[in-house]
Amino acid sequence: MAETVRVKKAAVAAPAIGPVTLLRIAIVVTLLAGWELLAASGWLYRDVVPSLVAIGSAVADLLMHGEYYFNLGVTAGEIGVALLIGGTAGVLVGLALGANRFLSKAFESYLYYLGPTPKIIFFPIMIMWFGVGPGSKVAMGAVSCFFPIVLSVAAGMRQIDKVLIRVGNSFRANTWQMVQKIYLPAMRHPIINGIRLGLGVGLIGTLLAETKLSNKGIGFLIIQAYSLFDMPRMYAMLIVLFVLAIGVNALVGRLGGLDSIKRA
Amino acid sequence: MTAMALNRRYSLAPLVGLLSLVIFFVLIELLIRIGVVNRFIVPPPSEIIASFSRVILEEDILHRFVLTATECLTAGVMLTIFGVAGGVLMHRFRLLQQACETWVAAMASAPTVLMYPLFLVIFGRSAWTIIMMGFVAALPPVILKTLEGLSSTRRVLINVGRSFNLTPSQQFWKILFPAAMPTIFVGIRLGLIFALINIVGVEFLINFGGLGALINELAERYDLAGTYASICFVILVSVLFFMSLEKAERWLRPFE
Repeated sequence: MAETVRVKKAAVAAPAIGPVTLLRIAIVVTLLAGWELLAASGWLYRDVVPSLVAIGSAVADLLMHGEYYFNLGVTAGEIGVALLIGGTAGVLVGLALGANRFLSKAFESYLYYLGPTPKIIFFPIMIMWFGVGPGSKVAMGAVSCFFPIVLSVAAGMRQIDKVLIRVGNSFRANTWQMVQKIYLPAMRHPIINGIRLGLGVGLIGTLLAETKLSNKGIGFLIIQAYSLFDMPRMYAMLIVLFVLAIGVNALVGRLGGLDSIKRA
Repeated sequence: MTAMALNRRYSLAPLVGLLSLVIFFVLIELLIRIGVVNRFIVPPPSEIIASFSRVILEEDILHRFVLTATECLTAGVMLTIFGVAGGVLMHRFRLLQQACETWVAAMASAPTVLMYPLFLVIFGRSAWTIIMMGFVAALPPVILKTLEGLSSTRRVLINVGRSFNLTPSQQFWKILFPAAMPTIFVGIRLGLIFALINIVGVEFLINFGGLGALINELAERYDLAGTYASICFVILVSVLFFMSLEKAERWLRPFE
């Protein structure tokens, strides 16, 4: 009898679509309907709010052409190299600052306050140093992602369980062994978190630099769509870019999350 | 080493940091003067320092500073009103929170500033493009922090309100809101930082408005020392802005 009641309760508690999903669907449908009405009303300038059909076909058009993938590859390559340079430098400097309190007291406050300043203003300098090609975009991305990574790694290193360090010392591990066997494995979580933050700002730095001055890459395509006033194409590119950026961010975050579960 | 000796050593650290910076700049100056570094790519630090007064006097920097500060302030007021209201609304209606919290968190990680060409089309090449960009890019952290502050109000405080038979409105204004205030201010501080970054960035990109546009103008004139000086100036202003926000936050939450 008790079993039957429980089964009934479970059936009542788990309807086919939960209220949360229903509300989500309602919000999305309302937004889309509002958008379509606004597009049809002609209240705003022509094409500022294009119809959903136009945006949908622009997304399809974008994804079916090789040109988009070529530019996506260029931007992804720039971001990848930027993350490699900025990330490696960030991890190394972060390790040095985290391991040595004197260095941290001497230099970390500069990095802490420089971290949130707008990096894109360095772009004129990067153009002079690295030219107008992909080099300056890579440099922008590297400078942007360096700061969150270095601060996250330095903070992470200071939070390592002292017992682990003592274990390393009692095994007479040398510096390289300590880094390889103790510090890096114990800091996987803050490093992944730093890389996630770094990836976000590095992506913004690279793409903004592309919108300012370039002849290839996603940023260039966006600003080209603006110059040609091709609004459906611009919306399509922003939608695809947002989906990609949020997806990559969630993926890296998931890696960090999984890691913490394993450690626990 | 005794604790006192260690403390004395650490107290020297900021001085060592500052000295290293000075030595670095002197080294750069020397390398440029002996021709190892091209002075048409990196101007000598002495020239940059000398051009500070020129940039301040000739480029109407006070007006530009006021313009950027006004844009930041406007975005900040809008952020506070809409961000806190959004957080309160999501806390009040649990279903709304369950439905939208992940969306807001996703927006926080999205490269929102790349929408600036879209904003240019909607608002034109005006201060409103810049303000709205700062506002939209900085809204998610304010909403999320408000929600976090309200949700993490201590159970015992809520129970005190219940035992006094407070109405829902009294419960909110006397218990929930004051308890969440420190976290809400953290959100507003983060929001203002994001707003400043985006506002200066968009000013630079669309070459309109205050301090960001100044860097672009000087770079386009190939005034190298001026460009470097203006970048240093903007960084200095941003750092002072962050420091004063931190001070204000500490002043608002003295017991933590």
